[in-house]
Amino acid sequence: MSIQALPDRVLMEIEKPARYIGHEVNIISKDPSKVDVRIAMCFPDVYEIGMSYLGIQILYDLFNRREDTYCERVYSPWPDLDRRMRDEHIPLFTLETQTPVADHDWLAITIQYEMCYTNILQILDLSGIPFYAKDRGDEDTIVIGGGPCTVNPEPVADFFDIFYIGEGEVSYDRLIELYKAHKAKGFSRSAFLREASRIPGIYVPSLYEVTYHGDGTIEAIRPKYDDVPATIQRQVVTDFAAAPYPMKPVIPYIRATQDRIVLEIMRGCIRGCRFCQAGMIYRPTRQKDVDMLKTYARQMIDNTGYEEISLSSLSSSDYESLDELLQYLISLRDTDHVNVSLPSLRVDAFSLDVMSKVQDIRKSSLTFASEAGSQRLRDVINKGISEEQIMKGCEQAFSGGWDKVKLYFMMGLPTENDEDLLEIPALAEKISELFFDTVPKEKRNGRVMITSSSSYFVPKPFTPFQWAPMIHPTEYTRRAHLVKDTFNQQRNRKSLKFIYHDAEISYLEGVLARGDRRLSSVIMTAYKKGAIFDAWTEFFKEERYTEAFAECCVDPAFYTERERPDDEVFPWEHIGVGVRREFLLSEWKKAQEGVVTENCRSRCSACGAACYGGGVCFEAKS
Amino acid sequence: MKLRVKYTKTGALRFIGHLDVMRFFQKAIRRAKLDIAYTKGFSPHQIISFAAPMPLGMTSEGEYFDAEFVSFTTAEDMKMRLNAVMPPEIQVISIVKLPDDAKPSMALVTATDYIVTVPFAVSDAIKELLQKPEICVTKKTKSSEATVDIKPMIFELALYDPSVHGSNVVGVTEAVYMKLASGSSRNLKPELVIGALADTAGITLELYSCRIHRLETYLGEEDALRPMYETGEDF
Repeated sequence: MSIQALPDRVLMEIEKPARYIGHEVNIISKDPSKVDVRIAMCFPDVYEIGMSYLGIQILYDLFNRREDTYCERVYSPWPDLDRRMRDEHIPLFTLETQTPVADHDWLAITIQYEMCYTNILQILDLSGIPFYAKDRGDEDTIVIGGGPCTVNPEPVADFFDIFYIGEGEVSYDRLIELYKAHKAKGFSRSAFLREASRIPGIYVPSLYEVTYHGDGTIEAIRPKYDDVPATIQRQVVTDFAAAPYPMKPVIPYIRATQDRIVLEIMRGCIRGCRFCQAGMIYRPTRQKDVDMLKTYARQMIDNTGYEEISLSSLSSSDYESLDELLQYLISLRDTDHVNVSLPSLRVDAFSLDVMSKVQDIRKSSLTFASEAGSQRLRDVINKGISEEQIMKGCEQAFSGGWDKVKLYFMMGLPTENDEDLLEIPALAEKISELFFDTVPKEKRNGRVMITSSSSYFVPKPFTPFQWAPMIHPTEYTRRAHLVKDTFNQQRNRKSLKFIYHDAEISYLEGVLARGDRRLSSVIMTAYKKGAIFDAWTEFFKEERYTEAFAECCVDPAFYTERERPDDEVFPWEHIGVGVRREFLLSEWKKAQEGVVTENCRSRCSACGAACYGGGVCFEAKS
Repeated sequence: MKLRVKYTKTGALRFIGHLDVMRFFQKAIRRAKLDIAYTKGFSPHQIISFAAPMPLGMTSEGEYFDAEFVSFTTAEDMKMRLNAVMPPEIQVISIVKLPDDAKPSMALVTATDYIVTVPFAVSDAIKELLQKPEICVTKKTKSSEATVDIKPMIFELALYDPSVHGSNVVGVTEAVYMKLASGSSRNLKPELVIGALADTAGITLELYSCRIHRLETYLGEEDALRPMYETGEDF
């Protein structure tokens, strides 16, 4: 009988016990007593979400390739189990060996979105690890954060010993070696952290001091010691041929959100949309070799038995060997019964041809990320898609048999006015009219459906809009109602659908995204009031935060609704991501004038990402 | 060609639901590179059907599915290839070839037998229960409650004896062997029998204090029950 952390009576009374038992296909088994470093790798959300995330699979594979290291997984217990574990004092455990997280050397947490911050506290709490880094001793687990939110980790900086900024493939070996060396000579937490801070990409928040002006803005962020670097440079892979890839991903028994092979074809994006954090912080755009990807696909099909393979990148149409790769994957359809799914593809004749081969047209819908209704506003945000392109794509799609279209928008973008907003229903109406013009009556199977959905724009660090104010929730709701009402007045309203996100969660995301260290007390207070799984509307309660802000004397509007002056020192000023502040500022100015910037391939804008010495910045020269 | 596969589901994987086990095998068959048949059409799926779904928490050494194969090697080779790509908790025991006219197994199941470990001395309760002319229990469904006589659905009930009932459930102080009606026409859950035994012994059972382990799945009439693998032949 294998070890099981939860007794049967608990497993039988909670939802989906398979989330907690481990034993999946392709998991790694090692004897924990025979390794030097034990790592508990955590995605602080429910199992089905966490298991769908490629980054964990990459790191799990990367760490476990080392004989001296055993990396296991842990996810957030769903609220039903959370309650049981607290009631019965069951410590949080890893899935592989079902042993307490606190017995591991490191707890590595990936921070994918701001709304998981309270889940980080849940993980620490259930593990019995002190919340604050300053309260941890030599014997306590080292808590490391990674992932996109670490480009501004300040709101959670007090809870972490270390942040690893950047792509894990680069510096983790050095960190493990350093840890081993310190462990061998009698471990001192402070000595280890001090030395770790000198490894590229490693940020030890306790070694930096933040000072503030009287108005609450930051005066400076300085290292406390001379040997600690002033800037932490985000690490990126420049040679994918030398980087490992998880060819044998762990396969969950229960259906995960991403229930298929994920083939990462590219990192970064050449487009430069001004609202998009991923498009800036993952620069430079780096493509993987197509022959290598074919080999990966072949082997992963054999290793997993999945019937579907999905290409992963920020903009698959910009992958230069896409045609060749897709031809190959489509050929596997006949030999291996493998289907291809194609997210983030630009709609044009080529992609429609491919999609008609791999999808059931009647069931699938086409997606256009228009982001803004008017051309004026699309120029402001540098979204290089025109109404003509959308209409042309739709016309081809309707002729090809599609009758469902999805449009994505944001509301609350900088400079946005009511005229821009009214273009959203107008565009949807035009598309529905195009359907009736394009498709003769006898060829229509049911009603055309144009679904427009809109989110609440959140300005993010390291984007040209990091200086921009976020609109107030009342104003967002007014704009949403204006658009909704206008939708209801359209002639083809029965073919149009408009949905929009709730204001409360996005507004809080806006506070946390550009927040500083003073927010840690707010997060802690909200957690103590019961906040967990805040990304889930069914669990999020706004009043926990409203009360927490008041109790901690923190004004959320300071972080969201202020337009920052050009020279304001940001909480993330000490982090370097390649893209320079001067470039972002000039993009902010150009945005306000509605001037577009060309993509990386048509013309280099000298953003600064060339400092990494690879990717699209050097494509023409190689 | 249709094959019948008998497999185990043990250990921690007793918490994997029936639908997830089906999805697991679909992938395992592909990993093992067995030449399973697919349906025609836009989204082809494997031609495979599972017998007698098992509730969460129960282990088994007598689970079955039937599947259509385009080509096949030997039972031993296929078993080896499958077992190599599956965890120790789900392993194939045997594979047999079904006659071409074999009906879908799901509808034909009539009985299943179990070993249930119980936390109380059960020997006297078994004797007492078997002497009763009828055994009335309350059967709960989602919408109603009804009193049913379960005695006709108990084909065998005895103190578990490894030399008679097979398998090897270790570390057991008290265990019951039971063979019960199972399938679409009439179906008796082992929990109801355990409940009746506990009542007879005057014991209040704690929830989930019994471990239920399925031994075999049967076809045929009550007086001529045959394990499902007997329908097929070796190859």
